[in-house]
Amino acid sequence: MPKVTFPRMGESWRAFKILLEDLGNEVVVPPRPSKRTLDLGVRHSPEFACFPLKILMGTYLEAIEMGADTIVTTGGVGPCRAGEYAMLHHKIIKDLGHDLKMIVFEPPRLYPVNFIKNIYALNKARVSIKGIIDHIKRGWRKLQALDNAEKLSHIIRPRENNSGTTTRVYRKVLDWIDQANTTQQIIEAEASALEALHNVPHEPARPVLKVGIVGEIYVLLEPASNLEIEETLGDLGVEVERSMFLTGWTRDNTWSETTHCLTVKEAAAPYLPELVGGHGRDSIGNTILYAKRGFDGIIQLAPFTCIPEIVARTILPRVSKEYEIPILTFFLDEQTGKTGMTTRLEAFTDLMRRKKNIHAARISLTG
Amino acid sequence: MQAYLGIDIGSVSINIVVLSGAGDVITGLYLRTKGRPIEVIQDGLKIIHESLTPQIKIAGVGSTGSGRYLAGVMVGADVIKNEITAHAVAASMIAPDVQTVFEIGGQDSKIIILREGIVTDFAMNTVCAAGTGSFLDQQASRLNIPITQFGSLALESESPVRIAGRCTVFAESDMIHKQQMGHRIQDIIYGLCEALVRNYLNNVGKGKEILPPIIFQGGVAANLGIKSAFEKALGLPVLVPEYYNLMGAIGAARLAQEENSINGTTKFKGFEITSLPYRTGSFECNGCSNVCEIVEIYEKEIIIGRWGSRCAKWDTI
Repeated sequence: MPKVTFPRMGESWRAFKILLEDLGNEVVVPPRPSKRTLDLGVRHSPEFACFPLKILMGTYLEAIEMGADTIVTTGGVGPCRAGEYAMLHHKIIKDLGHDLKMIVFEPPRLYPVNFIKNIYALNKARVSIKGIIDHIKRGWRKLQALDNAEKLSHIIRPRENNSGTTTRVYRKVLDWIDQANTTQQIIEAEASALEALHNVPHEPARPVLKVGIVGEIYVLLEPASNLEIEETLGDLGVEVERSMFLTGWTRDNTWSETTHCLTVKEAAAPYLPELVGGHGRDSIGNTILYAKRGFDGIIQLAPFTCIPEIVARTILPRVSKEYEIPILTFFLDEQTGKTGMTTRLEAFTDLMRRKKNIHAARISLTG
Repeated sequence: MQAYLGIDIGSVSINIVVLSGAGDVITGLYLRTKGRPIEVIQDGLKIIHESLTPQIKIAGVGSTGSGRYLAGVMVGADVIKNEITAHAVAASMIAPDVQTVFEIGGQDSKIIILREGIVTDFAMNTVCAAGTGSFLDQQASRLNIPITQFGSLALESESPVRIAGRCTVFAESDMIHKQQMGHRIQDIIYGLCEALVRNYLNNVGKGKEILPPIIFQGGVAANLGIKSAFEKALGLPVLVPEYYNLMGAIGAARLAQEENSINGTTKFKGFEITSLPYRTGSFECNGCSNVCEIVEIYEKEIIIGRWGSRCAKWDTI
């Protein structure tokens, strides 16, 4: 039986694990990125490559130590070098003397044959087509449950009475969802998870600041790569809404997921009509949508040297000015010291709070 | 008389001020951190205590800078604030209509944009220490020029040479190249000032609307060459306040005053702490794969503070 691993992005591994196991594979769960992951990744990656390449390199090498012999990952289209990373990782791993199979999923709408071939390669249990569809649906449902629990934790954390309770409960409920196997169990686990989070002692009416998080997908989705910025903001009394979730990704381009009758693409068009690769255009479009929804600020997360996000970064000051919304950018790399980030986040929170107070005072004066 | 203590624990210097209720500096101190913040805080507070008249009563304490939590638990701070807010508050005290603050310290540099007294935007250097005090210090000692004379020497330049400012490694090799070609030291130094200013405006000041009045503070503001290079690059006057190197501490003291006006009490432990024994210890937490390095600070063998973990596990004392 092949031993399969895959990139780790937040808690999504729990859903991929169940799907790959259902198809008859043994799964090596990628470990949470640690200092050792970084050391390994940095040592075996080109110096000028971006952070996601390095951290994934380290993750793969750790998974190989744990016995993995197959990696399932995604490719990509458009002018972002991450589309080539699967091949580069594979070459480096082979140079290091590991015999390994790499299964790369390209966007299924553009490459349907690739999708079918890959699923076939992973279908070791010879599950029927209907079975495969059922398994995918169930994995997807689990992913949604994980995302929903995370979204709720972002709302509860800034309003909690005792600092740290939400995070503790959230960690616990993740295991409940993890242990659910059938769709019915997943739905039940999700309901209890949401209920447990709602039961965290908190003050629902507390006025909190709202921040939208935009940027490159990997550093957005893997907390270990962004120094747990969402948790830190929550502890500072800020509600965060992240522009990207794995389950949101497919809906992004459809009409149903729009705000103010605008898609992300349309919102970005006056500033950036071109696809610049990665999520550069999404960063701009989402910033505008958050501004229209009355958010207090935007945080952009980008890997150091990420071209699409650099393009977005140079356009964002204009968006910030025209929509009167403060924007803070973090370029992330292998630094693990959190002081610099905390300082900036505290200052940004002060800035947003003062702005909001002044605005409220003006309304009450004219009002 | 009520007064407020502000402590700014930076990487290179520790600044302490005592501010009157009206915002005047009663006494101020600038000390080198020398990698030993605890000792220097104790020594500094001892000096401050001796210089205060008995009528002065400390009614609030604020700490800021990268060592703000350390100082905060040691002295019992009423407010522990990030240095961006502290610097903005201090600049607004000096010039209420200030719209731009340049702050260049030992390890970092920042720009703060204010409109109508409110911070609307800020940035800090992220990826490179070029242009900060430490680099200037290092170059001054390489050239065997006291850092205090660095700026005035730069002003003697007649035709500054061009130095690459993007990165300290590039800057240093460029400087050495120009010096070996025979350029005058004054021209090289002013060239370096211009390079650092160019780098600051392109990197830290990128995309920011720089409007006057501009206040330039932090240790590097003592450098007349940098001030002049800023004025030349922007075509605008740049003001260096009297207590340019104490601004963080002044801001922290003012924030402590604001806090005191709400609470009415202070957590200040008193100047007795200058003679208490402090020590720190550290260990690696093996609770998860992060293996965080936890630092603890003891006062008289009792733990008063602990930090360094990425989760809340060690926060409770």
